[in-house]
Amino acid sequence: MTDQPLLSVRDLRTYFHTFSGTVKAVDGVSFEIGQGEVMGLVGESGGGKSVVGFSILGLIDSPGKIEGGEILLNGKDLAAASEAELREVRGREISMVFQDPMTSLNPLHTVGRQMDEVLRLHTDLDAKARQTACVEMLESVGISRAAERLKAYPHQFSGGMRQRVVIAIALLARPRLIIADEPTTALDVTIQSQILKLMRSQIAEKGASMILITHDLAVVSEMADHITVLYCGKVVERGHTRDLIEAPSHPYTRGLIDSIPDTENRHERLSQVPGTVPDIRNLPKGCNFQDRCPRAQALCAEQEPALAPQHGSLYAACHFPLKPGEAA
Amino acid sequence: MTGFFASEFFHNYRRSSSAIIGSALMVVFAFAVIAGPFLVAQNPYDIASLNLMDSYKPPVWLPGGDAQFWLGTDGQGRDVWASILYGARISLFIGLVAMIASCTIGTLLGLIAGFYGGIIDSVIMRIADIQLSFPSILIALFLMSAVGTGVDKVLIALTAVGWVVYARTVRGSTLSEIEKEYVQAAKVAGLPNHKIIRKHVLPNVLTPLIVIATIQVGTFVLIEASLSFLGVGVPITQPSLGLLIKNGFDVLFSGLWWTSVFPGVAIMMLVFGINLFGDFLRDELNPRLK
Repeated sequence: MTDQPLLSVRDLRTYFHTFSGTVKAVDGVSFEIGQGEVMGLVGESGGGKSVVGFSILGLIDSPGKIEGGEILLNGKDLAAASEAELREVRGREISMVFQDPMTSLNPLHTVGRQMDEVLRLHTDLDAKARQTACVEMLESVGISRAAERLKAYPHQFSGGMRQRVVIAIALLARPRLIIADEPTTALDVTIQSQILKLMRSQIAEKGASMILITHDLAVVSEMADHITVLYCGKVVERGHTRDLIEAPSHPYTRGLIDSIPDTENRHERLSQVPGTVPDIRNLPKGCNFQDRCPRAQALCAEQEPALAPQHGSLYAACHFPLKPGEAA
Repeated sequence: MTGFFASEFFHNYRRSSSAIIGSALMVVFAFAVIAGPFLVAQNPYDIASLNLMDSYKPPVWLPGGDAQFWLGTDGQGRDVWASILYGARISLFIGLVAMIASCTIGTLLGLIAGFYGGIIDSVIMRIADIQLSFPSILIALFLMSAVGTGVDKVLIALTAVGWVVYARTVRGSTLSEIEKEYVQAAKVAGLPNHKIIRKHVLPNVLTPLIVIATIQVGTFVLIEASLSFLGVGVPITQPSLGLLIKNGFDVLFSGLWWTSVFPGVAIMMLVFGINLFGDFLRDELNPRLK
C-alpha cells in the first residue's frame, strides 16, 4: 500500500451547463499526489484551477456537475461519495485555504470561536483541550500572545495575520491534504514569501500533502514537488518542478515562465503569452492553444494533441514540443 | 454600560431630535400599556363599573364636562381615556406579536430560499410576489372573512401579510452572503448546512431586519385599526384603538367628536413615534448612508 498515492484524480470532467452552452471547466484532468508532496496547479484565470479544487471537495453547485472521472482519496472515490460521506472528508481529511483572508473569516465571530467550530466538528476533545489545541496551532503559525488573540475578531488582524489564522484553521483537524487556492495572491508582496515558507514548514511538520493552486509560476517553483499546468480545462503539461521550470516542453508553459519578471535582465521588456484564453464554450478544433502558439502548424488546427511523455519527467500535450535548450 | 454611552450610536442618538422624540413617544406608550390599568379607576370593559348616566360626557374643558372623565365618555358611559389605555394595549400587543411572527417566518423562509435556491426558492418567492401584488389590507380582509374575527385571527392575517418583506430582504442578503468565502470555508470545513445557515448566514443578514421590524409594528397597528374599523378585526369585548374610532364614528357627526378623535390621535402619535425612531435606526444601521 505504500506506493498508493494519497490522492489520485483520473479523467475528472466537471461541466457547467449554462444557457449559452456547456462550459467544460475541467475536461479530462488526471494527476496524483503522494503523501507529503506539494503539487502546483498552474494556469491563467478561467483555466479551471479552482474548479478542480472544489470538485475534489464535492462542492460544485448547480449548474455545475461532475460528469465523470474518479477522485480517489486513499482508494475511496469522492466523486461517487454521498453528501454525508463528503462532509466527513471536508475539514477532517481535506481542508482548504482561500485567496482572500479579508472575506474567508466570518466578521461576526471571534477567531477562537471559528477555530473551535472546526475542532468541535471533527474531534472528540473537551472544551479545555480544544482551547489548548487552538492556542498551540496559532502559535505554530507565528501568532504571538495566542491565548489572548483567540478572543479577537478578524478585523483586529492585518491581512497577513488573518491568512495565518486561516492556515491555522485549515491545519487544525490535521487533514492529510490541503488545497490552497491562490493563498498569497491577496497579500502584500512582502508578506507572500513569509506565508509560503510558513505553509511549507507546516505541511512538512504535519506530514500533510498540498495542492497549491496559483497563476504564479514563481510561487510554485519555490514550493511544489511537481507541477500540473492547466489550459482551458485540460492538462497541457506536467512533471517534476525542476524539469518543468528549467526546460518546459509545452509552448504555453514556456510562455508562462518567460512572463515571470527577471531581476537580472531588468532592461528587457517583459514577455507575455500573446492573445487571450479562447471562449471556453466555443473551443477551436484541434489544439486549444493554437491561436496563441508560436509553433503552431497546420496539424494543430486539425488534431488535438494527447498527453505524451517528453524529456525527463515531463508529459506534455503538444504536437511540436520544445526540446531542452530550444527557444520557443 | 459606559461602552454604550460612549458609542457612536449613542452620540448620534443625542444629536437626532427625531430619534429622541420618537423614542420618547415609544417610552410613553410602553409605560401607558404596562401601567394603564393602575392609572385609571375605571375598567371600561367591566360593565358593572359603568354608569349609563355618564354617557356622552364631553371632555373636561367643555361645558358639561366632568372632572372624573377628562377626555369625556362614550355612549355607554365609558371613560375615553381609560378606553385608550386599554385599547393601546391590544393594538400594541397585536402589532408586536404579529411582527415577531412575521419576522420569524419570513426570515426562515428567506434563508431557505436564498441558501438552497432552485425550486424551493422559486416557489417561496413566487408566493411572495403574488402576495405583494395585492394591497395588504385586501389580503387581510379576505383572510378575516374566511377564518372569522378575533385577536388570534387578526394575528394570523397580519402575519400572512407581513412575512413577505422579511423573506425578500433575507433572501437577497443571503444570496450575497453565501458568495463570501467564509461561507465557502465553512462548507469546506464540513459544517452541515443548518449550522452554516444558523451560525454564518443568519447573524450577517439580521441588521436590516431591525429597521423593518420597528416600522412594521407601526404598520401593523394601522392595518389592525383599519380592519377593526371595517368591522372584521378584534371583537367588541377587546377593543383596540381602531375599534374605538369605529364606535365613536357612528356619532361623530352628531357633535360627539371626542369618542373617536382622541383614539385617533393616540394611534397617530404611536405610529409617528415608531416611524421616527425607525428612520433614525435606518440611517444608523445602513453603512451606505454613513
